[in-house]
Amino acid sequence: MAAELAYPGAVRPSLPMRAGRWVWRNLFGTVANSVITLAILWLLVSLLPGVVRWLALDALWAPATSEQCLQGDGACWAFLQAKWRLILFGPYPYDEQWRPALAMALFFAMVVASCFPRTFRLAGRIRLLLAIWAAAVAAIAWLLGGGGGLAPVETRLWGGLPLTLILSVVGAFSAFWLAILLALGRRSAMPIVRAVSIGYIELIRGVPLIGLLFMAVVLFPLIVPPGVDVDKLARAQIAFILFFAAYMAEAIRGGLQAIPAGQYEAAASLGLGYWRTMGMIVLPQALRIVIPSLVNIFIGAFKDTSLVLIIAMFDLLGSANAAKSDSAWWGLYVEAYLFVATIYLVFCALMSAYSQRLERRLGAGRG
Amino acid sequence: MLALALAAALAWLVGNVRQNLPRMGIEFGFDFLGQPAGFEIGENLIGYQPGQTIFRAYLAGMVNTIHVAALGIVLATMLALVLALARLSPNWLLSKLAWGYIELFRNTPLLLQLLFLHITFAQVLPAPRLAWSPLPGVFLSNRGLLLPAVLADPIHVWVAGGLAAGLAGAWLLQRWAAGRQAATGIRPRTGWATLLLVVGLPLAVFLAGGAPFALELPALRGFNFRGGHAMSPEFAAILFGLVFYSAAFMAETIRAGILGIRRGQIDAAQSLGLGRLLTLRLVVLPQAMRIIVPPLTSQYLSLTKSSSLAVAVGYPDLMRVYTVVTADTGRPIECIAVVVAVYLTLSLLTALAMNLYNRRIALVER
Repeated sequence: MAAELAYPGAVRPSLPMRAGRWVWRNLFGTVANSVITLAILWLLVSLLPGVVRWLALDALWAPATSEQCLQGDGACWAFLQAKWRLILFGPYPYDEQWRPALAMALFFAMVVASCFPRTFRLAGRIRLLLAIWAAAVAAIAWLLGGGGGLAPVETRLWGGLPLTLILSVVGAFSAFWLAILLALGRRSAMPIVRAVSIGYIELIRGVPLIGLLFMAVVLFPLIVPPGVDVDKLARAQIAFILFFAAYMAEAIRGGLQAIPAGQYEAAASLGLGYWRTMGMIVLPQALRIVIPSLVNIFIGAFKDTSLVLIIAMFDLLGSANAAKSDSAWWGLYVEAYLFVATIYLVFCALMSAYSQRLERRLGAGRG
Repeated sequence: MLALALAAALAWLVGNVRQNLPRMGIEFGFDFLGQPAGFEIGENLIGYQPGQTIFRAYLAGMVNTIHVAALGIVLATMLALVLALARLSPNWLLSKLAWGYIELFRNTPLLLQLLFLHITFAQVLPAPRLAWSPLPGVFLSNRGLLLPAVLADPIHVWVAGGLAAGLAGAWLLQRWAAGRQAATGIRPRTGWATLLLVVGLPLAVFLAGGAPFALELPALRGFNFRGGHAMSPEFAAILFGLVFYSAAFMAETIRAGILGIRRGQIDAAQSLGLGRLLTLRLVVLPQAMRIIVPPLTSQYLSLTKSSSLAVAVGYPDLMRVYTVVTADTGRPIECIAVVVAVYLTLSLLTALAMNLYNRRIALVER
C-alpha cells in the first residue's frame, strides 16, 4: 500500500527481482564489497559445518560417560543433562529445588505483568500493582527461606540463577533509592551534603567492584558492633547496593541537569518547598529521561553479580564453575560455560530490547 | 545537624572497629609494608624477589596492573575501531558479523569470558612439544603465547629519535601550512613532505646504521621454550579477555559518535569541494570525537578497574598481591587502604588526562 502511494503508477518488481537487487546493493555493489562478502562466505562455509557437527551431529547424550565425551569429537550434552540442576540452583538442597523454581516462575510472571501492563489490565493501577508485588516478594522469600510448613534453608545454600537474580534485582532496587538521595545531594546547596555525596560517588566509582566485595567480606565483621553477625549473602548484597548506587546517582544527576531552571522557578512560585518540588516536579521528569541509562546500569549489574564467584558464593557462574570441577566429569567445561553464557545472553538481550522499546515510546511522548 | 549525624555515625563505626581489633588480635599500622614478603610473584617487570619488602611486592602488582591496563586500552581501542567501521560498512554480511560479535561479548559477563579463555589457554592448548604454530616464530601452547623478539641494538634508539624528529617536523610543517592557508587562502601541498619526514627520516637513520635487524625466534629446549617474547597463559587470558570485552562497548561508542554527525555536515563539506578523506578528517572526526571522548573515558576507566579480575585467573596484579598480603600479614584494613589508594589515583589520573584532551577538542561557544 505504502509503496503504491510512494511510486504512483510504478509496477512493483517481482520478489526475485527485489531480492536480487537487495543482494546486489548490500553485498556486491563495489569490488571491495564483493571481496569482503566472498571472504566472509568462505569463512562461514569453512567454519559452519564444524560447528554444526560439534553441536548436534557428533554430540553425545545421556548415557555417555566423561571418558566417552573426552574421546568424542562433539559436545557432551550428557554432562549438562547430569549437571543442569546444579548449575541452575547451586547448592540448594536437591529435593527442595522445586521451591526456587516456583519462586523464579512467580518472579518472571510479575516482571512480564509489570513490563506489559496494558495486556494485564494493570495500566495506571499502580497501587494494585505494588500490592501484588509486595505479596509476590513475601511469597518468594518464604519459598526460598522456608519456615511455616517448609523446611528452612540457610542463605549460604542459596545459589544458581535465583541467587544471581536476588543480588541484581534487590541490589538495583535498593540502590535506586540511595542513588536518588546521592544525586540530589550532589546538586544540593549545602556544602557538607554536596561534599559527602561527591566524595562517596567518586570513591566508589574509583574502586573496582571486586575490591568492594573483598572489603565487605573482610571488613564487615570489624565495623559492626561485637556480637552482631551478618551473613555472607547480606554482606555481598550491601556491597552491591553501595556500588550500584554510585553509578545510578551519576545517571540520575544527568537527568536532573536536563530539567530547565524554569521548572524549579515555577514550582517555587507555586509555593512548593524543596522536597515537594523535587518529588512532584523535578524527579518525575528527570527519572523519565534516564530510564534507558538505568536499564543499562541494571544490565551491567546483572552481569557483575557473577563476581561473587571470587568470594566463594555460588551464583549462576559460580555453580557452573563448581559443576566443571566435579571429578566425575573432569576436563569438560565448554558445555557448562556455553549454557550459562546463553542464559546471560538471553536475559541481557531481552532487557536491552525492552529498554530500546521504552526509549522509543518515551521519546515519542516527549516530542 | 546533618554533619553532626554523619560525625556520630562515623564515630560509632570507628568505635566498633577499635573494640573489634583487639578482640580479633589484629594490630593497626602501616609498618608491615617494610617487612619482608615471603611469597613469589611469578611474572613481574621490576625484578621483585621473595624476601624483598611487602611495599615492593605491592609495587610489582601495581606495575603489572598498569601493564595490563595500558596494553589493553591500546589494543581494545584498535579492535573497537575496526568493529565500529565493520558495523557501519555498507556490506550487509560484514555489518551483521560485527553486530553478532558485539552483542555476544557485551551481553555475557567478563568473568565468564576470562575463565573460559584461561582454561582454554592453560588446559586445552597442546604442550610445548606439540605447540601450534600459525606463523613461523609464533607458538601457541599451554605455556602461553610465544612471539619472536626483536634483538635490541643501539641503532634502534637512534631510529626512534629519527621518528620523533620526523613527527615533530611534520607537525611544524602542518602548522606552517595552516598559517599559509590562513594568510593566502591556498593550502600548500604537504602530503609527500609529511610522508618523507615521518617514514623517510627514521628509515634513513635505520639504513645508515647498517639496518641491524635480528629476530630471536623462540625455540624448544627440553620441555619448554627458550628465547623470544613469552606471554603467560594468565597474562594472555586477562589481556585478551579485557580487550575482547571492552572493544565491544567501545565499538558501539565510536559508532554512535560517527552516526551522531548530521548528514548535512557531510553534504556541506562535499559541496565545498572537500574530498572523502578531507571530509572525514576535517568535518566528521573532530565532531565525532566530541561525542566519543567522554563515554570512551569511562570505558578506559572501567577497563582499568576490570583488570582487577586478574585475581580470578591467577595473574599477579595489584588485587592478587592484596589477597596474598592480607592472608600473610592479617592487616585487612591497611591492605585494602593501599589498594583503594592506588586504584583511586589511577582512575583520577586517567580521568584528568582525558578531561584535558576533552577540553582541547570541546566545542568553544562564544
